[in-house]
Amino acid sequence: MKKYLLDLTVCGVERLNGTHVVLRLTSQQQLPPMQPGQFVEVKVEHSPATFLRRPISINRVDMANNELWLLVHAIGDGTRAMAALKRGDTLNCLLPLGNGFTLPQKAGERCLLIGGGVGTAPLLYYGEVLRENGCEPSFLLGARTAADLLQLELFERIGATYLTTEDGSRGEQGFVTAHSVLRQETFDRIATCGPKPMMMAVAKYAQDKGIECEASLENLMACGLGACLCCVEKTDKGNVCVCSEGPVFNIKRLKWQDLK
Amino acid sequence: MARLEVNIGDLRLKNPVMTASGTFGYGIEFADFVDLNSLGGFIVKGTTLHPREGNDYPRMVETASGMLNCVGLQNKGVDHFCDVIYPQLQHLDTNVIVNVSGSTPEDYAECAARLAQLDKVPAIELNISCPNVKDGGMAFGVTTTDAASVVKAVRKAYPKTLIVKLSPNVTDIVSIAKAVADEGADSVSLINTLMGMAIDIERRRPKLSISTGGLSGPAVKPVALRMVWQVARAVDIPVVGLGGIMDASDAIEFLMAGATAIEVGTANFIDPAVTTKIINGIDQWLDAHGCKDVTEIVGALRS
Ligand SMILES: Cc1cc2nc3c(=O)[nH]c(=O)nc-3n(C[C@H](O)[C@H](O)[C@H](O)COP(=O)(O)OP(=O)(O)OC[C@H]3O[C@@H](n4cnc5c(N)ncnc54)[C@H](O)[C@@H]3O)c2cc1C
Ligand SMILES: Cc1cc2nc3c(=O)[nH]c(=O)nc-3n(C[C@H](O)[C@H](O)[C@H](O)COP(=O)(O)O)c2cc1C
Ligand code: FES
Repeated sequence: MKKYLLDLTVCGVERLNGTHVVLRLTSQQQLPPMQPGQFVEVKVEHSPATFLRRPISINRVDMANNELWLLVHAIGDGTRAMAALKRGDTLNCLLPLGNGFTLPQKAGERCLLIGGGVGTAPLLYYGEVLRENGCEPSFLLGARTAADLLQLELFERIGATYLTTEDGSRGEQGFVTAHSVLRQETFDRIATCGPKPMMMAVAKYAQDKGIECEASLENLMACGLGACLCCVEKTDKGNVCVCSEGPVFNIKRLKWQDLK
Repeated sequence: MARLEVNIGDLRLKNPVMTASGTFGYGIEFADFVDLNSLGGFIVKGTTLHPREGNDYPRMVETASGMLNCVGLQNKGVDHFCDVIYPQLQHLDTNVIVNVSGSTPEDYAECAARLAQLDKVPAIELNISCPNVKDGGMAFGVTTTDAASVVKAVRKAYPKTLIVKLSPNVTDIVSIAKAVADEGADSVSLINTLMGMAIDIERRRPKLSISTGGLSGPAVKPVALRMVWQVARAVDIPVVGLGGIMDASDAIEFLMAGATAIEVGTANFIDPAVTTKIINGIDQWLDAHGCKDVTEIVGALRS
């Protein structure tokens, strides 16, 4: 897919809680095609400590309004500077990068998208596209507390949405992999994004049940273009770049030793 | 429009701007952002005789105005380059230069000999910052004898333009530059990355998988510029300058310090189109200052 270097304009900022912000970006030109699971490398201005670009998942693409949404968790200088952007500001973006989630060939596939923390970001767009393609996406979303569960009303509009929180303040208490839906329902396909221990637990579940499973990795990146070889993950083909061959991988390709 | 052409030995460059090894992939990765044919040349990934897996993740840490990396020369070997990559680059109208690494002088020479057979690769750049496995693992580039031994072996096997890339992790870079020039190098390029380290204080562990890594980016520029200036005054062969170049004025500083050409590295990660901007920026600067030819400013510091 052709990649672009674009100055996008912030056309909306939605603060979800103290540390999470949705940036709605637009352009005078038509935004290029983007796949769910792909990401953007953002150039952060006004943050002297931030030298490299920051990788951020594509949260949603609203083609009708020519908008790209990014869900930003402000955890360091770069993401804090992004979260402080205002309507009318410009954000230089390199996009779309990497390879996204698989779009199933046959309609009616039951897909469960499991996300933790800000890892829910790419699952929103994936769910929307799955629905448009005649599949039945469900969501299993986990967070520390109820306040950390993000964009729920949008997920609920697309499919059944199951929740867990670590403190039990919303949904079932515990980690996503302990949720009762995993025992009660069957799925043809699982996709996961979030903290690595969570994705490993999901991958183990999928592997044991023989369900197709893809995970979206968040390795540290420098170029985002497959040029510097900094972001590698061990796979069946040796060290491969997460930015260009991923960030989405079928779990069968990963060498997550704990699964064995 | 000033004349931008420069020569590195027998190698003609359209303009003095090239890209640094390990930061521009095989060029193809940047084709959406840069017209590769507009570059003076580009230097592809470090290539070794046999494939290498490189070091474990994490391989990168961002630091103040720069980054550390310990990629460790991951590449699929020289045969893969010749059979798979070269056919994709062959049609280009620019200088495709291969960066060569090795563990013994013989390794380097054999790799160079294979590359000598590729018509459209007019030059190689020898990375002598690699550990010498026969000699306790110290980098070839840190002693005059080891540096000379690699260049001597490669010079016999490689008739085209030979650029030797110097390590800055030495007490006296001028003596290394002289040693490789004496063995017949056509040019020296400098600097490679400066050895550095970063620690995660919560985990009390180094942030990089192999503890240390190479520092690059604007943080190293003053050191790089000083070394280019020292070397350019001391050797008769052309010098290629690099280290922290982010824009045209950085590039012009290196030219004035005595570099005939420059390489852009880490800056490609922040702006993949930066090389085009640097070429245009140099051109505009020359016009604005009444210079007809870029060579007028090479080594042209006022005393
Ligand atoms: C493909 C991909 C998609 C991503 N999508 C999103 C997203 O949609 N929304 C979002 O908020 N974040 C996302 N991230 C993570 C985001 O890139 C990092 O949080 C960000 O780079 C941190 O930058 P900073 O300057 O704020 O923090 P820094 O000061 O650089 O770091 C603060 C802390 O965050 C940790 N950190 C830095 N980079 C990463 C990383 N890549 N992954 C995990 N932890 C990291 C550091 O180790 C440190 O502890 C994604 C990362 C990748 C690789
Ligand atoms: C990720 C990365 C990989 C590199 N790989 C190589 C390499 O394979 N061979 C080499 O000679 N130099 C390598 N270098 C060093 C650069 O070519 C260059 O000498 C150095 O980064 C300084 O220039 P800069 O500050 O403009 O990046 C690498 C640098 C980086 C950042
Ligand atoms: S971040 Fe540079 S290769 Fe992936």
